[in-house]
Amino acid sequence: MGGKLFAVIVILIALASAVPIVNHTFLGASVAPPEDISTHGAEIDKQLDETMVEAGLSFLAAQLVLGFFVWQFGGRKDGPLKSFPGGAKYLVLAALLLVGAEAIALGAIGTKAWAKVYFQPASADALPIQVQAGQFAFYFRYAGPDGKFGGIHPEKIDEGNSNFFGLDPENDIPARDDITSAEMVIPVNKEIHLMMHAKDVGHSFYVRELRIQQDFVPGLDLSLHFTATKIGKYEIVCTQLCGLGHYNMKAYLNVMSQDDFDQWLKSQSN
Amino acid sequence: MSEAAHAHAAPTGFIRKYVFSLDHKIIGLQYYGLALVAVVTGMVLSWIMRIHLVWPNSPIPAVQWLSKVGAPGGVITPEYYLSLMTMHGTLMVFFVLTNAPFAAFGNYFLPIQIGAEDMAFPRFNMMSFWTTFVAFSILMSAFFVGDGPPLAGWTAYAPLSAVGKDSGPGEGLGQTLWGLSIFVFCIASLLGALNFIATTLDLRTKGMTLSRMPIVTWAWFITSCISLLAFAVLMPACLLLILDRVAGTSFFIPSGLNVSDHLQPHQGGSPLLWQHLFWFFGHPEVYIAILPAIGIVSHILINSMRKPLLSHKVVIYCMMSIGFLSYMVWGHHMFLSGMNPFSALVFSFPTLMITIPATIMTLIWLGSLYGSKLRINAASLFCLGFISMFVSGGVSGFFLAQPSIDIYLHATYFVVGHFHMVMGVAAIFGVFAGTYFWFPKMTGHMMHEGLGRLHFWLTFIGTYCIFMPFHYLGLAGNVRRYSAFTDDFLVPLMPVHKFITYAALFTGAAQLIFLFNLIYSRFKGAAAPANPWEATSLEWSTPSSPPPFDNFGGQHPVVYHDPYQYGVKSSTGDYVMQASPEKVGEAS
Repeated sequence: MGGKLFAVIVILIALASAVPIVNHTFLGASVAPPEDISTHGAEIDKQLDETMVEAGLSFLAAQLVLGFFVWQFGGRKDGPLKSFPGGAKYLVLAALLLVGAEAIALGAIGTKAWAKVYFQPASADALPIQVQAGQFAFYFRYAGPDGKFGGIHPEKIDEGNSNFFGLDPENDIPARDDITSAEMVIPVNKEIHLMMHAKDVGHSFYVRELRIQQDFVPGLDLSLHFTATKIGKYEIVCTQLCGLGHYNMKAYLNVMSQDDFDQWLKSQSN
Repeated sequence: MSEAAHAHAAPTGFIRKYVFSLDHKIIGLQYYGLALVAVVTGMVLSWIMRIHLVWPNSPIPAVQWLSKVGAPGGVITPEYYLSLMTMHGTLMVFFVLTNAPFAAFGNYFLPIQIGAEDMAFPRFNMMSFWTTFVAFSILMSAFFVGDGPPLAGWTAYAPLSAVGKDSGPGEGLGQTLWGLSIFVFCIASLLGALNFIATTLDLRTKGMTLSRMPIVTWAWFITSCISLLAFAVLMPACLLLILDRVAGTSFFIPSGLNVSDHLQPHQGGSPLLWQHLFWFFGHPEVYIAILPAIGIVSHILINSMRKPLLSHKVVIYCMMSIGFLSYMVWGHHMFLSGMNPFSALVFSFPTLMITIPATIMTLIWLGSLYGSKLRINAASLFCLGFISMFVSGGVSGFFLAQPSIDIYLHATYFVVGHFHMVMGVAAIFGVFAGTYFWFPKMTGHMMHEGLGRLHFWLTFIGTYCIFMPFHYLGLAGNVRRYSAFTDDFLVPLMPVHKFITYAALFTGAAQLIFLFNLIYSRFKGAAAPANPWEATSLEWSTPSSPPPFDNFGGQHPVVYHDPYQYGVKSSTGDYVMQASPEKVGEAS
């Protein structure tokens, strides 16, 4: 009896688990990735979908077979013991071939998506923006009309006076026209070269809709590049545990038309 | 095979018998008891966390007695949530998942299953347990120090964990105590691993060749080999972390850090170095957690099916290859860490390849069920539940193994769902299965079967209700390690979080059935026959339950058979015990 009950329950659980994956909702909440607004995200989403199909089918098949065999053979007392046709040999072969092929295929396809984000440098005419992560806020910096960023002096950081980056405009000429912002404002359809700097401990930069995520590592200068394809406001959240304010450490990515962006930048300089 | 040079006389006196015991069986029970205390503590912490996440402003009774600063009026502060989370993870991974399936059951049964009187080094064994106990005490003391427990997670990434008090509340003495606790735990684990390896290689009784060892014995042996290298790396890493915190060194801290307006007096260190050292241990550690459970489940399933697995050898080779591959994949925890992106592809490949031995084992379990005479009881139900959970937890790993998908899923609840299913459920199911199966041998009483089945059903359904939705949250982009969900993006996911919290509290309550069953059966359970499961391995050949102090009453068993002679005609029924001189008849 216990065997048949197990079979029914495990099959029900497997089917019930699959429903929200197909429906993209669970208890009224949307449980799918939000709309992709990047130029590289389509490949990531495709990879995710393909993996979901393969993993989903493997998951369902395994749970259904488990349930079916336990239904058939659970509590069985009579009749001879039987061996699975072919014994272990074909199962080993199947695992090697199917999983091996799947792993190699996904690995190869995924390399392209990964390379687009990480192996290609930002193009020469990408808009450079610097982001500094510190407990518990992100600040952004634009180079200003001279196109150059002033140096960061950690000992000069003074949040009370809005000198988030520790700039030294008195002695450092390029720093004089730098524009600091608490919001990341970018033009749509323009490649951005994001230069990442950590002020204190580890943080991370995550914009779900852009399909990008990258840790800030104190002591390392890391960068990302991406292009946003849709105007709107999106959350930038910290995903690397950084202390008590980690849950609240966020900024907004504000994607605007090129004209609106130019106006915004001009208004920041004045 | 050498004769036991390690034999010791029967213990006398309460202290020698039950406290500073040299008897591997008592030491195994001590590890089990410690794991029980740790798991109850860890589970209560998780209830507090889950309640806080869905009712953040409601006071939780009694928590203010744990910490007036961390939970004023019973309402948990953001930093205290992270501290509870850190202690939850540390307790569960180290003091439950390394202790219970490996140190507890392994200590109790490995010597018996190979026909030995005790472990090779009984004094080392006693020291291993008490050192673990000291490590546990140091960790728990972090609850009571001024600044509270550490909040950097069980992963303790630098520089948050390394710069000291400047990085905020929770990073004072508590973090140093954490480093010390784990350092001491590593010493205990290394002693234990050495003991298991020496015992397995040297103390097998006559006729017990390596190929005649039960699968679970192999699992403990392979796990010990992995442990030796893994804990040997974590130990110095913790030492370096402590030095950065108290001695002004800069192993993990670069120059130019402005933490809370204090310029840090460190230079030259690398936060990535901590991650490499930690995960070089951390990934093998999760296989240290699951391999014994794989062994226990295989061992019990064979007995329940009355039929050996389709291939004993293949399963052992799979366990070995998982152990070997586990050392090549640590970088998959660091795809987005800032290390050279090319290395992500290098680490991804063996990570995907580990799926192969895991799949082979799963297919062999499933294929072995075919044509079996599967006996259904609490122990075998937990084995079946293990297979289901191992599949569920395993497939989500397949997503995370791909760096491009990890860009989206890293640090979301998808990861948390994955590791809870494999470690928090599957490995624990192995412990439950082992408990129901071996309780008669350890105590001489049977556990209550009806309560055992009830425990299984509530736990199986309950854990699926808790952890399957974690994957949905991850796909939606719900970030992990947040003490509250306050923003526009995450608030709509609250109904899912509420469902999970209710499921967690319900499933937690269901564990009371197990605790009650353990205690009740120990004293009032039906008397256990010598071999209640009609099993074959040497632990069922001991003259009594529990076995005498030297396991076999002065005799050294001789082994005549492979470990799993089931489905054969014999004078005892459909099985022949390893120590029985009876020849194996035709299959029935």
